[in-house]
Amino acid sequence: MRVVVDFDKCKSNAVCMAVAPDVFEVRDDGYLYILQEEPPEALRPKMEEAVRQCPTGAVSIEG
Amino acid sequence: MLAGGRIVIVGASLAGLRAAQTLQEEGFDGTITLIGAEPHLPYDRPPLSKELLAGPLADDEVYLPLGALDAEFRLATRAIGVDLQGRNVALDSGETLDFDGLILATGAHPRTLAGLRELDGVFVLRTLDDCLAMRARLAPGGRVVVVGAGFIGSEVAATCHGLGLEVTVIEALPVPMVRGVGELVGRRCARLHADHGVRLQLGTGVIGLAGEDRVEAVVLADGTMVPADVVLIGVGVAPATEWLAGSGIDLENGVRCDQWCRALSHGEAVAGVVAAGDVARWENPLFGEVMRVEHWTNAAEQGRAAALTLLHGQEAPVFDPVPYFWSDQYETKIQFVGRVGPDVRVVDGSLDDDRFVVAYGTEGRIVGALAFSRPARLMAYRSMIARREPFPDPGAEP
Repeated sequence: MRVVVDFDKCKSNAVCMAVAPDVFEVRDDGYLYILQEEPPEALRPKMEEAVRQCPTGAVSIEG
Repeated sequence: MLAGGRIVIVGASLAGLRAAQTLQEEGFDGTITLIGAEPHLPYDRPPLSKELLAGPLADDEVYLPLGALDAEFRLATRAIGVDLQGRNVALDSGETLDFDGLILATGAHPRTLAGLRELDGVFVLRTLDDCLAMRARLAPGGRVVVVGAGFIGSEVAATCHGLGLEVTVIEALPVPMVRGVGELVGRRCARLHADHGVRLQLGTGVIGLAGEDRVEAVVLADGTMVPADVVLIGVGVAPATEWLAGSGIDLENGVRCDQWCRALSHGEAVAGVVAAGDVARWENPLFGEVMRVEHWTNAAEQGRAAALTLLHGQEAPVFDPVPYFWSDQYETKIQFVGRVGPDVRVVDGSLDDDRFVVAYGTEGRIVGALAFSRPARLMAYRSMIARREPFPDPGAEP
């Protein structure tokens, strides 16, 4: 599973960070950083939740 | 579990779409029919007061991705009634649709001000068509008067200011956004407008519009005329429940629902009927409060929750979210989680800064938090609220 963020769409609302802080981090510079591009399979439900909750539809999962 | 038959979803916006997608993901293999009053496939409403109104977003970029959804859309079609005994929905096309499950997701309508004449140049902003019509009239140097300093009004004011228009905001209450964010932060929001040279007239009612065919001015209660080329009426929304009158479904400022989003009739859950989004007023067990939430995230989450209930009944989780919304105004990202409470405390930065976090509490428990341009810090509070943690001390790290 690979986490993909469309940075043209991302507006750093940090909703994904609230769902999965081990994978997503919005830093004080205002940008989103992906901490694990290929998170373990155990995190799939959280990745799906992050996809659903992203208000700008910027997060997706491949694989 | 409901596995086959037909599920009718009344409302083809975010809540309805998410409900349909959830049904399909959960293996429902009957027919899913979405009824949409607007002629459009589901689209995203937040950009209507921001990127789409300003123009950088292309019109076709506003549509929500449908993915692999296999559903029937009846667009430009309104539901006009529901028969709970006969298990069917009547449409304005004259057709009647039988259902095995029903999801009420009709959203809300913009409120208007009583006694205002219908003049060219006066808009509300709820639909894609509203946005495109208003956008066509926004020319640099034009004068925009926004009536109502709520979220839509404030965002439109900021967007129009960015487009080089001269903007005045008129608000009947002495503090803007007080219902949404409380008095302390409401005052801070007022300063956002002032800092950008947008004129904000508070505590002033609007009694009329002046102009022949086209609006020329907004008339205030004290007789002042505020010249206007374009007027936005942003005085809130009302849940779209008029079509349910007389159906037996309990209507109390929305469709009254229980913790599973099941619609109630005389206080009892109606089998196979759920509601989601702006129209639903449900009991949120996290706060012990009956609430109706008019924001994007709630529509998305509740659409999913209602669909899960329809399929799995009370084995589905209760719907107990920490409500979340954001509002982009000027360069500031305003974000809010939870509810407004009587106790308010700045927990990060200062109200004099461009960035800060404020916590709301009630009876020693944290129930809400708001941030100006502090997205990551705010989100820490979302989980504190979900865990029912104590109201934080000043300066405490989340």
